[in-house]
Amino acid sequence: MKFLKFLLVGIFFGIVLVKSEAVSWYRIYEMFRFQSFHMYGIIGTAIATGILFLQISKRGYIKSIKGANIFVPKKENGLIRYIVGGTIFGLGWALIGACPGPMYILLGTGIYSMLIVIAAALLGTFIYGALKVKLPH
Amino acid sequence: MNYILNPWPWYISGPLIALVMALLLYFGKTFGMSSNLRTMCTIAGAGKFVDFFNFSWRDQIWNLTVVFGSIVGGYIAVNFLSNDARTDLNPTTITELQNIGFNNPGKTLVPNEIFDLDVLVSPKALIIIVLGGLLVGFGTRYANGCTSGHAITGLSSLQKPSLIAVIGFFIGGLIMVNFILPLIF
Repeated sequence: MKFLKFLLVGIFFGIVLVKSEAVSWYRIYEMFRFQSFHMYGIIGTAIATGILFLQISKRGYIKSIKGANIFVPKKENGLIRYIVGGTIFGLGWALIGACPGPMYILLGTGIYSMLIVIAAALLGTFIYGALKVKLPH
Repeated sequence: MNYILNPWPWYISGPLIALVMALLLYFGKTFGMSSNLRTMCTIAGAGKFVDFFNFSWRDQIWNLTVVFGSIVGGYIAVNFLSNDARTDLNPTTITELQNIGFNNPGKTLVPNEIFDLDVLVSPKALIIIVLGGLLVGFGTRYANGCTSGHAITGLSSLQKPSLIAVIGFFIGGLIMVNFILPLIF
């Protein structure tokens, strides 16, 4: 049952994102209208806690389950792909109020039209793969 | 018990999301939900057409397991860990949305005007859903990550590419909500 721990992490993730209302379309709308601190508070404290965790583990106080150093892969350097790709992602995120985690979580809450969102996102991913060599990165 | 059944405050939720990232790193993996879209394309046979999808998807089974768990988590959260509390939106937000045709902002997690299965017979709702999914799927792979990979993991590890990507997320989101949505509704 080496996948059991990942199943449990996923369940925990789904519960936290529903209970925090981060999967709410309205919360995303409100965030991009600067009408509430809620989402900024969530993202801000998540990053602050994350920085704390990674700084502690970098100093060797926390090791992985196998005793190795905690390792975060480095993102490749670049500008265009991050700013253009990010903007395209943001347009979609604000339109449907769901990014690639919440679309599954919302499906679990009983929003079955998320299946269409997921199918469209798969198609979008495929289109990127097909155009990859022609796009500036 | 009410502490669990009511919506959780941001200062509890944020650190718990970081805990998800920390647990995955502890297990030797990296938190990133959008990679699963690529994996699913590969499983569906996309590698026959596009080389980008030729990779060993079996190494990603752990991440697909996280996806499956998150669906279960969503089910558990609404059916066993919630009450009838509305989303406590800013009254200005509610009025604004009502003015452009959203009947009951905050009563449900997503507006029925876009996501209700009955509405999907209207071309408008269907176009919004499909277009939104396409933009998210294309954009996240182009930017090499989404909210979990860039905003949480990337910024926590102080990476510049992730900062640029998150700035992009906000440019796109601000344009959509402030300029395009008012035109659509």
